[in-house]
Amino acid sequence: MIAPPLDPIDRAIVIATQAGLPLTPQPYHEIGGEVGIPAEEVMARMRRLQETGVIRRIGVVPNHYALGYKANGMTVWDIRDDAVGELGRRLGALDFISHCYQRPRHLPVWPYNLFAMVHARTHQEVEDKVAEMAALLGDASRGHEILYSTRILKKTGMRIGEG
Amino acid sequence: MAKRDQGGQGCGEALPLGELERRLIDAFQRDLPLVPHPFAAVAESLDSSEEAVIGALSSLMDEGVVSRVGPVFAPHKAGASTLAAMAVPPERLDEVAELVNGYPEVNHNYEREHRFTLWFVVTAPSRERIDAILADIERRTGIGVLDLPLVAAYHIDLGFPVQWS
Repeated sequence: MIAPPLDPIDRAIVIATQAGLPLTPQPYHEIGGEVGIPAEEVMARMRRLQETGVIRRIGVVPNHYALGYKANGMTVWDIRDDAVGELGRRLGALDFISHCYQRPRHLPVWPYNLFAMVHARTHQEVEDKVAEMAALLGDASRGHEILYSTRILKKTGMRIGEG
Repeated sequence: MAKRDQGGQGCGEALPLGELERRLIDAFQRDLPLVPHPFAAVAESLDSSEEAVIGALSSLMDEGVVSRVGPVFAPHKAGASTLAAMAVPPERLDEVAELVNGYPEVNHNYEREHRFTLWFVVTAPSRERIDAILADIERRTGIGVLDLPLVAAYHIDLGFPVQWS
């Protein structure tokens, strides 16, 4: 699951593309010009970064919020340890869940070990989807909460490089 | 006709999205081809032209409907990261949020409706650096930090299906 470390050229490609590709007929040629390598090498390296999982996908990144998906709930679940892998995979396959992660509990203040981000247009819609998830999880889930975000206090790109 | 939400993010009027714009969002969240002329390849599969595709993507970006067109990186593969949470009393929230945002390693920070009010992501070259930052935040604020690093990821990132109706 750990990808090989990025070399300086990979890092330069990440920095040159993380805010998006130029919307021009030959964007990889422009990136190559910026990084100082041929477009073919940009594409070959990006293909390898996709294979190793550093790049998850290449495409249009919509702004959920501008499309009306404003009620995004971080749902957290206390799932029996022996079931969390199987149930995590089943939740992660639902199309309204964008992220599904197992994280450690911190008892007694934090009993939840599974996080799933639910995207919907209204709180009611989030709650309907959470009911669907609860039914799927059955009694392997000992409790859950929905945490709605009320303010974005900081949001930047992933900031690789420079350092 | 799908419209953007009215009144959101300072966008006053609703904007109907054209057929080409919708199809770009539906079909190209993950499969922009890695070829010398990617937008021409997209145009071909949508029975459109390279110029129209580039124009549609540019206007989607201008309207804020699309944040960018390009690679989506998996942050935890390019270093170490964690999700951190703090139970900050409401009267200290702005002060603590500002302190936390002051670290360049913090790239997302959300206020959430919960006893744990502050939720932020820390990304750094090493786990040691993350430990040091979390300890520093605890020391400077006097508030404990819940450290919730990834154990396993279960979703497959295929982009996000938009229900237009």
